[in-house]
Amino acid sequence: MNGNNMNIINIEHVAKIYQVGSEEVHALRDVSLRINKGEYVAIMGPSGSGKSTLMNILGCLDTPTHGLYEFKGVNVSQMNDNELAKIRNKEIGFVFQTFNLLPRSNALHNVELPLIYAGVPASERKERARLALEHVGLGDRIYHKPNELSGGQRQRVAIARALVTNPSIILADEPTGNLDTKTGEDIMALFNEIYEQGNTIILVTHEEYIAEHAERIIRIRDGLIENDEKVVNRYIPQKNGASKL
Amino acid sequence: MKTFLYELKEGLLISFNAIRSNKIRSILTTLGIVIGVTSVVLMSTAINGIDNAFQTGMSSLGSDNLYIDKWEWFSNDKPWWELRNRRNITMRDYEQFKELAKLPAAVAPDTWTAQTVKYKNKTAEAVIVRGTNSDYVRATNLVLGEGRFFNELESNGGRNVAVLGSEIAKNLFNNINAIGEEIRIKGHKFVVVGVLAEQGSWIMGEFNPDKQIIIPIQNIFKYFANENNKTITITVKAKNNQMVEQTKEEAISIMRKIRGLKYNQEDDFSINQQEGLLKNINQTVGVIQIAGLFITGLSLFVGAVGIMNIMFVSVKERTKEIGIRKAIGAKRRTILGQFITEAAIICLIGGLIGLFIAILLSKIVNQFLPTSVQVETIILAISISIITGIVSGFAPAYTAAKLDPVEALRYE
Repeated sequence: MNGNNMNIINIEHVAKIYQVGSEEVHALRDVSLRINKGEYVAIMGPSGSGKSTLMNILGCLDTPTHGLYEFKGVNVSQMNDNELAKIRNKEIGFVFQTFNLLPRSNALHNVELPLIYAGVPASERKERARLALEHVGLGDRIYHKPNELSGGQRQRVAIARALVTNPSIILADEPTGNLDTKTGEDIMALFNEIYEQGNTIILVTHEEYIAEHAERIIRIRDGLIENDEKVVNRYIPQKNGASKL
Repeated sequence: MKTFLYELKEGLLISFNAIRSNKIRSILTTLGIVIGVTSVVLMSTAINGIDNAFQTGMSSLGSDNLYIDKWEWFSNDKPWWELRNRRNITMRDYEQFKELAKLPAAVAPDTWTAQTVKYKNKTAEAVIVRGTNSDYVRATNLVLGEGRFFNELESNGGRNVAVLGSEIAKNLFNNINAIGEEIRIKGHKFVVVGVLAEQGSWIMGEFNPDKQIIIPIQNIFKYFANENNKTITITVKAKNNQMVEQTKEEAISIMRKIRGLKYNQEDDFSINQQEGLLKNINQTVGVIQIAGLFITGLSLFVGAVGIMNIMFVSVKERTKEIGIRKAIGAKRRTILGQFITEAAIICLIGGLIGLFIAILLSKIVNQFLPTSVQVETIILAISISIITGIVSGFAPAYTAAKLDPVEALRYE
């Protein structure tokens, strides 16, 4: 870790308890962690470990039952819906396993969407969205709708959408889960590129070899951090010419 | 504010996309709104037509006129048999009234009969033939179009002269000049001396002066009716609007005197005024309004429930989309606005369809009730549909806005 880098995420003793019928489910028991600017972190864990819950909290989609969550020094653990929406819009770029693009809108409009909610004027919006799509290698597909694009291309659109607001963190939830190995590798190469440009990436996965793309792996089990360590031999994917597939 | 405009634009875009991809569903949903708006527009248009007709009708009757008659025109206060048993009003009553009355600007007798009128080979059936004297023009607001009204000499002498209403003239003479031509009323020859300008309106029915023929009153009794069992109407014109009440008071006392009524006897005549007609019209308008409002209200209610229903379905179907939008920064307000906009747009489309139908139907109405759809009505219809959309879209939109993003994203 680069010690002098700015701290973006600071979580202290966070717990999340769900009420299922009369039973309390402790999805997260006591989790503390810090993530700094420019880090590439993988969160790993089997299903039911609480990693999705952690991701939802990190992504400000949900708030913890107990504990403190500071995002760039601001306490977000008690924020209301609208304040969280603002944080998500400005600070967090989501990339989902199932891409989650709007099916009826073309790539450009999908990428534009967060900027609409941010109140960016139309001309600037279109320009930034187009640049973001070029950045992920889809400059020639901006008017295609999701169903006219391959899985890899859809995920690139989603990544462009996550990048377009210049967020503080990119939060990727199993980004290669719905892709074949080859395409998955291309996407991971893209993430590596984004990381090298100085972005902070949090990657949620249950696959070891995907996690090894990151420089740090946090392992979750039964709602607790089991292990948090630097990757010794980080796997750096090679950008290959066929990445536009 | 800027953000709001962008969000509104995005909302409109989404709405059009959503409606386009569910065309049939959206159109079926608007049915209630279509009917509601159609009925509200037609109702206002019809009322507007009645108002217009009333105004023209009234101006041809004259607002400062009183009509002394055996019959009460517009009131149901007295049973009809009581009215029937009244004595007829006779020419002698008229002569005396004219002698005694000081206030009126003009007084004229009149009575009518329906007759067949012929000109050469053309025939008009059941034409109202009104008998009066030369004072009639002054006692009413009738305006001559061509020729002249019959003079005192002609009316007192019972000459066979006639003045035609504009519509009768058109029917019998087409575009030929009628003045000096000879017509036959029930076989009796009359010479046309004048044609009235067009001035009546449908609201007066057969009594529309445009559809009448006016002849000296003696001729009615000579050719068409027995004077002894024919009642007449005495038309009294007050000097001005302020004088109407006084003139009426005077008329009542003179009539009682002529009729020899004792102080404890009721009037055996009626003094009619166009206010009676106004009351009658207002009743009709009221009925149309109530019926129209009822249909409008009911169909808008049904329409609103339909929209609400379809919006709930739409919210359910698009749970995932809502989740995505929320994840990338849509606030509650944004989602709320989006779905309300969609409901409003659906209703607006329904409203526009309704408006279009109503305009087509009003062309048909126009055939028998001259009218047109007013700008105010169009604005009203559009406002009603948008408001219905907002009201009915609110509950579904609120449900959507409240969705938990985590849950919504998980929804398949």
